[in-house]
Amino acid sequence: MVSRATASVPPVPEPPEPPVPREPLVLGIESSCDETGVGIVRGTRLLTNTVSSSMDEHVRFGGVIPEIASRAHLDAIIPTLGQALAEAGVELDDVDAIAVTSGPGLAGALMVGVCAAKALAVATGKPLYAVNHLVAHVGVALLDTSLFDGGQLPDNLGALLVSGGHTEILRVRNLADDVELLGATIDDAAGEAYDKVARILSLGYPGGPAIDTIAADGDRTAFRFPRGLSAPKYMKSKADGGHRYDFSFSGLKTAVARCVEQFEARGETVPVADIAASFQEAVVDVITSKTVMACREHGITTLLLGGGVAANSRLRALAAQRCAEAGVELRVPKPSLCTDNGAMVAALGAQVMVSGAAASDLDFAPDTSMPVTSSHL
Amino acid sequence: MLILAIETSAVASAALVTDHGPPTALPRVRAEFVTEDTRSHAEVLAPGIRQMLDDAGTGPGDLDAVVAGVGPGPFTGLRSGIVTARTLSFVWNRPLHGMMSLDSVAWRVAVDGVHDDAGSDFLVATDARRKEVYWARYRLADGMPELHDGPHVGPAAGLPQLPVYGAGAGLYADVVDAVPGYAMIQPEAGALGELALLRLAAGARPVDTTPLYLRESDAKVPGPRKRATGAGRS
Ligand SMILES: [Zn+2]
Repeated sequence: MVSRATASVPPVPEPPEPPVPREPLVLGIESSCDETGVGIVRGTRLLTNTVSSSMDEHVRFGGVIPEIASRAHLDAIIPTLGQALAEAGVELDDVDAIAVTSGPGLAGALMVGVCAAKALAVATGKPLYAVNHLVAHVGVALLDTSLFDGGQLPDNLGALLVSGGHTEILRVRNLADDVELLGATIDDAAGEAYDKVARILSLGYPGGPAIDTIAADGDRTAFRFPRGLSAPKYMKSKADGGHRYDFSFSGLKTAVARCVEQFEARGETVPVADIAASFQEAVVDVITSKTVMACREHGITTLLLGGGVAANSRLRALAAQRCAEAGVELRVPKPSLCTDNGAMVAALGAQVMVSGAAASDLDFAPDTSMPVTSSHL
Repeated sequence: MLILAIETSAVASAALVTDHGPPTALPRVRAEFVTEDTRSHAEVLAPGIRQMLDDAGTGPGDLDAVVAGVGPGPFTGLRSGIVTARTLSFVWNRPLHGMMSLDSVAWRVAVDGVHDDAGSDFLVATDARRKEVYWARYRLADGMPELHDGPHVGPAAGLPQLPVYGAGAGLYADVVDAVPGYAMIQPEAGALGELALLRLAAGARPVDTTPLYLRESDAKVPGPRKRATGAGRS
């Protein structure tokens, strides 16, 4: 008789990992700046995009005050979450994963969204994906069905992201793991320059729409403001220590201030519309020329424009013109998807999940300068 | 009752606190986790809570309420605990209560019986950074700490001349009457949860989780831009 004690015991099979759904239902949380966003997507289908903004609280300061933004996130996050679930008609139980912006962004602001997302993961037992805010600005394009066919990003894709917090040129091979930073601002973001110049011209906050509006009545050739980092000495490649695709807007802001002071010193009326139009032209000219150059030199055939400043009329016009001349297809998501939002975070989270990447460990830290080479943690 | 308490006004901590047991027994901490670091709350809090719940075999169905320390405390750390508590309460559909964080230290003083000078006040102080402390004034009544003044924020040198408990005392032992053995203790979820349970059982009016920042956001409204005039440059 064979002793059962010596018979080999078959190992208890590990419970199989649940298969990743082809179109996962993902809830995304965004809190990197002044928008508290919760979005819900199913794969590349947008179910809801709920945003609560603290912008009004920053108006009197002429720029985003990090502590005020963080306080507003704390107050807004649960109501926004509840509203998003109600609008999408989704129960948390049905969700396949949570996604959250872990950077780049303002430290205290990021922390609120990250803690809420981690708590959601603890409370529901769902996997959590910590994703990159900049890459999410690209991923959001999948949700706008008018942009690309078949819910897939095209080959040879580049992205130009312009907002109050960032100004970057990206090359996107794969959202989940292959995004390259070609160029970025070395000081102010473009939107920040708009805010500062709007303050110099007493046009109010946020500066982007204010300057865009008044610039329509001005002559954009009235003044020749500097195009930062465009002199030949800066046009070497990054590898050679140059700033070929990088931007700088702090000198431009100073030049505008000088110009205004000169009119005031002479006791003359400041030609606000002409200055606004000329400033806007300087920003948009340098951004679009460097971006199209980057497209040409990197074989980029489709360019996605994202970030809050993508709504700027002159940026869109000049980008369209120069992309057309260079044979580059320009795509701009609808405005609600260009500004910071939770749907973009959910969209990227879904792509990362479908790629088979492991969920983030719960002990990750928000990273205020998370590089685009790290599309998720 | 069984509650989950979260307190992050100084260190990050969470505790499961219960009052199951003989009616006269004090609430007790069933499980807890406490960090010593005051700057990594966003990293450690959620995994700490998950581990604690798993180890204790406790699920949301076992919980009667979630309690959060609402400060005063440095803003970013404080918010990490409050947003975590709010989210857990929302998802689990459990009541959420706020507790003033300095009460945690006052309760330690009361249970340990260290402040036996009956009828006399004592202070609790924690580190407010920027060379200031968060502080409040307490008195014991029937073994329970009663808040008599505060919470406030200010320099330690401006505190009333009374014995001071808590890490704010240890930091400024040269200018305040720091109580030995209690000059380094921090608000923690365990003690906070115990006091919360006693108050809930006694039918105290619930407090919400609005944070006690005590300081403005530091934001300055920019003044009007200086106009350049020819006259001004003469
Ligand atoms: Zn953004």
